[in-house]
Formats: sequence, C-alpha cells, structure tokens
Amino acid sequence: MAGPIDLNEAAERELQARSSRSCRIKVCCSTACLSAGSGATRKAVEDALRARGRDRDCTVVPTGCMGPCSLGPLVRVEPREGPSELYRSVGEADAERIVAAHLDDGPAAGDLALDERLPFFTSQRRVVLANAGRIDPDRIEDYIAEGGYRALEHVLHRMSPSEVIDVVKASGLRGRGGAGFPTGSKWALLAAADSPQKFVIANGDEGDPGAYMDRTVMEDDPHRVLEGLAIAAYATGARQGYIYVRAEYPRAVERLERAIRAARRYRLLGRGILGADFTFPVEIRIGAGAFVCGEETALIASVEGRRGNPSLRPPYPTERGLFGQPSMINNVETLANLPTVILEGPESFRSVGTQTSPGTKVFALAGDLRTTGLIEVPMGITLRRIVEEIGGGVPEGRSFKAAQTGGPSGGCIPARHLDTPVDYESLRSLGSIMGSGGLIVMDDTARMPQVARFFMEFCREESCGKCVPCRVGTVQLYGLLDRICQGRGRPEDLELLSELCTVVRDTSLCGLGQSSPNPVTSTLRYFPQEYLDLVRTREVDRA
Amino acid sequence: MPDRRGVLELSLDGRRLNAREGQTVLQVAREHGVPIPTLCFLEGLSTWGSCRICMVEVGPQRVLRPACATPVVEDMEIRTESPRLRAHRRMILEMLFAEGNHVCAVCVANEHCELQSAAAQAGMDHVRLEYAAPQRTVDATHDRYVFDPNRCILCTRCVRVCDEVEGAHVWDIAGRGESAHLIADMNVSWGQAGSCTDCGKCVTVCPTGALFVRGTSTGEVRRAPDVVVRLTTARREHQWLPAGEGQ
Repeated sequence: MAGPIDLNEAAERELQARSSRSCRIKVCCSTACLSAGSGATRKAVEDALRARGRDRDCTVVPTGCMGPCSLGPLVRVEPREGPSELYRSVGEADAERIVAAHLDDGPAAGDLALDERLPFFTSQRRVVLANAGRIDPDRIEDYIAEGGYRALEHVLHRMSPSEVIDVVKASGLRGRGGAGFPTGSKWALLAAADSPQKFVIANGDEGDPGAYMDRTVMEDDPHRVLEGLAIAAYATGARQGYIYVRAEYPRAVERLERAIRAARRYRLLGRGILGADFTFPVEIRIGAGAFVCGEETALIASVEGRRGNPSLRPPYPTERGLFGQPSMINNVETLANLPTVILEGPESFRSVGTQTSPGTKVFALAGDLRTTGLIEVPMGITLRRIVEEIGGGVPEGRSFKAAQTGGPSGGCIPARHLDTPVDYESLRSLGSIMGSGGLIVMDDTARMPQVARFFMEFCREESCGKCVPCRVGTVQLYGLLDRICQGRGRPEDLELLSELCTVVRDTSLCGLGQSSPNPVTSTLRYFPQEYLDLVRTREVDRA
Repeated sequence: MPDRRGVLELSLDGRRLNAREGQTVLQVAREHGVPIPTLCFLEGLSTWGSCRICMVEVGPQRVLRPACATPVVEDMEIRTESPRLRAHRRMILEMLFAEGNHVCAVCVANEHCELQSAAAQAGMDHVRLEYAAPQRTVDATHDRYVFDPNRCILCTRCVRVCDEVEGAHVWDIAGRGESAHLIADMNVSWGQAGSCTDCGKCVTVCPTGALFVRGTSTGEVRRAPDVVVRLTTARREHQWLPAGEGQ
C-alpha cells in the first residue's frame, strides 16, 4: 500500500500544472448559476476554446458559488499574467465574445464585466467560502493546492486532542446552525464521555425557506467539511462520522460522495490517516424531506433509520446519542470554520467579529434588493451595511420595511433597528435569531400578517406531530392568521393569537415548536397596526 | 447515621423535601401527594413526553419543564401551580379537544376518561379555539376491540405498551403534524394486523375512549392502566404471586 500523501508535493504538482496553462476560465456551476444556464455557458466556453485550438492551453474550471447569484451565470477569466476579470449574466452567446476578448485581443466585453471593487465584494470577508467560486469542488487536488488538509495534518502530528479542544474554545467559535452553542464546550462534552464508540455528525439538513448556506458549503468545498469533521473526530475521540444531508440536495450528496472517495484514496479518511494512528471513516446519510430532522435528536433518529421525531433531553446526545452512544452534531458551516481556526490560530479568528460572536457568518441574502446572493460577512456588521452596501439597497421607488432573519424560527426586524450589529445576542434581543443564515429583505409592499402566515404555514406542515402544542398550536395559529389576513378576524382574535404564541413557545418539545411563534410575535411587536387595521376594517385579503 | 448517599434536597411548591437521585420531578411530586396532571405518561412504560400538560416551573427563572422527564437535582426549585401553568394546561387541553371529535355525552369512556377529568380539574369549561372536526373512520375490524380515531390524542401509550410489554409492536404513528395518526402493522386495518395477539393491553391503558372492547356502550369503559406497572415490576423482581404466596 502506498504511503501517506505528501500534501506539499501534491500542492506543488497542482500549482505547476496550473502555471503551464496560459489562462483559467472559471464558470460558476453552483445551483443558482446552473439554473440560470451556466451549464450551457460552460459548454459554449469550451467550444470557443476548442474552435481556436486553445482547449489544452486554457482550462475551464467548473467552480462553486461566486456570490452575487442574482447576476448569474458568472464567469471569471484568470490569465496567467495580468488581472482577472469577472463577468455577469454570461449567456451562451456571450461566451464567444468573452473568449475572443481575452484570447484574440478582440473588443473588451465591458458591458458584462462586474467590478469586484463594489461593496458587495469588499464588505465581505470570506473564510468559510474562501474556496467557493475559486476551486473545482470535484478535484481534491484543487483543495490541497489551496492549503487543504494542512490543518488536519497539523493536529494529527503536532497536537493532542485536548490541545485542539483548547484552541477551539479559545477561538470562541459558536455553532452556526442557529443556537450559537460554544463549539469548544460541545467538543469537550463529547471528549469527556467515556465510551469505546463515539460519533460525530455533520448537520447538512438546512431547511429554512430561501436559505442555501450549507448547501453551498457542501457543494462548493466538500473537502473543507470533511476536514473539519475529521478534526472534530480526532479532538473528541470519535471513530466514525456521518454527514446528514437533506434529500433535496442531490448535487451536494454527489459531490460529498466524490469527495469522500477521493479523500479515502489519498488516505485522508479511513484507516491510518496521513500516516497517523487515526482511523476515521465517514458515511453520508440522506434525509427524507423533514425540516424537523435538522433538530439534533430527530436527526439522530433519522440516521438510525427511525422516524424523525425529536426526543426528550436529557439525556443529551453527548451522553446518549446515535445508537445509544455519545455523539455530537455540528453544523456544516461550523465545521468549515475549523481548518481556518487551526491554521491561523484562535487570536486571528477572534480578530474578526465581535467579542461574544467571533468570526464570520454566511447569509443567503434574498428579497427586495438590487443584488441578492450568498454573502459571508464579519459578525457584528450592521444590518444596514448588509442591506444598503452589500445588497445595494431596495430598488428605486420603494423603501425598506423589514429584514427577516432565521427563517421560520426567526423574526422580522424593522427599519429603526437597522443599525443593530448582527450577532447572536443582538438579534435575540430584537425578538429574532441568527438562525442558520437566511436573510430576507422586504420593501414597503410587504404585509407583515401575510409574512407571518407564510412562515406559520411552513411550521404547520413541518411539525412532526409528536407534542400537542406544536401539532395543534401551529394549525390553530395558521387558522387564526389566515382568518385575520382575509379580513374575517375579530379584535379578540389578537389576544388569542398572543396567548397561543406564548403556550406554543413555552411548552413545545423541541426547537421547531418553541421558535415557531417568532415570526408572529415579532411582527405583532413591530407592526401591530397592520394586525389592528385588518381586524378593525375587515379589509379583504388582496394577496 | 442513615446513609445519605444519593439523597438530595429540593423545594416543591415552597416545601423543602428530600428526594433520591435519579427520580423525576413527577415521581417526587406523587410521592408527596402533590398532583400534577399527566396524559401520555404511564408508570411502567418508557417516557414519551409529548402531551406537555405536566409542565412545571423550575428554578428562579421559572423555566417550564415536563415533570415526567425532568430528573431532580440538588436544590431544585419546583413550582407545580401558578396562574401561568394553569393557563398553559388549559390551553393545551383546549387544543386536544379542538383537534379531535370528543363528544363526552356519547363516549364509551364518559366519566372514565383521563382527558375529560384533566379538563374538569383544569376548569376548562369551553374551547376558544376553532374545532378541526376531522373526518376519521372508526376501525371495527378486530374481533374483540374497536379503535375510534376521533377520540385518539396520540399519547402513544398503546404503541409503547404493545412494543415494550407485549412485545408485538402492532401500533405505530404514521403521517406528520396534523396528519399524524395511529396505524396497525404496515397500515392495515386492526383486524388484518397479523402481529396483534388480542391481549388487550392497549385497550386497558388508553386514556380516552379511542380503544375499547367491542360492545361497550356509553360510559361503560373500565380501565386498569396500573396493570402495566404490576406486570413490569413482577417481571423485574420475579414476583409472580402475591407476597407470601411465592417460593
């Protein structure tokens, strides 16, 4: 059997191969750009190169998300010498023009060029998404050339498990799945559990409407997730890993599968990883279409092949989790932070973000903005900068009304709180949550009771039906909201609405139920007049 | 000196009490005669924690926790009664009544129904919520028993007793959210369920009139849910005869 891979040599080989080519043309093949037709764009670029006999000299690299998804398909041309150029909305016909501009000294395709000095790019800070849009996610060599698996190599050869946990604790990294539990503390709990078999699970069951942070991380840089998971396993003493991906993400599953195979081939997963006495196999488990399976106890049940119902805690998964063994679940974005935390050190990680919420957060920016897409920003940035600088503000003639964070578990933040820094505590104090990273901006045409009804309909459909307050409460809340929105509500309905929200929040079994009233309570808090108008004037639903 | 290991002290509704490590709030409360309403909980079965009417307030922050599933800890401060708890329990009961079709006057379990008595105790005299009035078909295919899903509150006592005590696992839940419902075997009618041993344990633990013996008329249901704890204790302790008659 071949010896362990020499990462430096592999990276060197890859960089050498790259420098022998005169130009690399990157085509975003992430889901948003693919649906905008980047598959055809890629083929058109390849055809244009072949027609010139330059297809060996110039490589076409299918990459992950470059960011401004609403401007896709995106193409970046990187000549060996000289500056690179980013192009937007590149259709099949435009591919030839862009190739001509760069290879034949034809007229510049300036109308399609996208200035990377725009605030959309400069206000961001890419850590988790450092490689997204820059590497071919299906090539492990690309990841290694960018410094991939060096953090794993470092911890395996130079750090003890408890040292790794100390570093993660010192970094202040908190769970990116929404609740913000300190990652280092979670790891310490699993490490302290005394059992011959322990599991670590990557949670890729992202399900908030409009959110696609985790999907992007898994699709665009799958090795970063695997590396983070392996580091977690080494630190906690787990000897088996799972990645739980929702079935609606077939491309993520495919790329992760390919990544796992490649990592095994290079002995970066499996037995004797990087020549160390460390064995860590990883398997993928696919969900069956239930939002609640993102909740950790339901996720465990689903991985075991059982019905995805949440169960009572205690016992917590770190005490008794998957197959009755101590287990730990980390969100994929959390795991994707780890290579950086290890390589750059906790101080460097802490230098970004706020005291209590260090690091960056990926958001899926959507709604009534000039530019929408996937962004990664330092924690503590104000909502105003996200909306006005990165998103380019609300289109002409309309005004900002509210930003919804945290999906069906979050709340709506009104204009007067736009200067709030984005961190776990600040968002919670406004009645919303950080959540996994959905961020929907609404202009003044949005009607908040309808927004609340939309999210309640989602929760009603996604309730597993185990506990009474969530199973019945979400149905009742939806019914009330629907009645109010249709102008058939009575003033006393608002009182009942508030009381139901309190009971569902206080008594539901899991986070899904407990947080499901948030969209209602936050809109009642900031936009009470809209509800009052509806029950008073019995305005007919125009939605 | 008595052995004080594993003994802890806590406060229950302002009373200082001793409890044993490993006990739940519900066990301690019942030992001391403090009533906490329950529906899905049944001694002898695993804890499911889904009905949420046994919620109590814990600690100075008065966090709500299900009494059936919360282990006691040293110095725990527990309140089983408060205006908030009463309001919450009442609302949860209203939810249950609004969800199914509970018509006490014509129910086999009238006056022998845990849902009904919990509602009476909570002072729930009317339902403010909209009745869902679902259309559900009664399953009377079994030779000896009947299942009326209109009265089912999905407490899963039947599921658990069949799986954990009888070992047959006839019952389970299918569907989710408001569509969640009880099924026999792989969703066949009860009479077709080959795994059913006709033992009737599910019928005897049902807290409402959802499961009953064929031919039972209004108010005629008699339950014996304590059979579960007698059976499980007997199995664990190997006591198959009343004390003194063994050996």
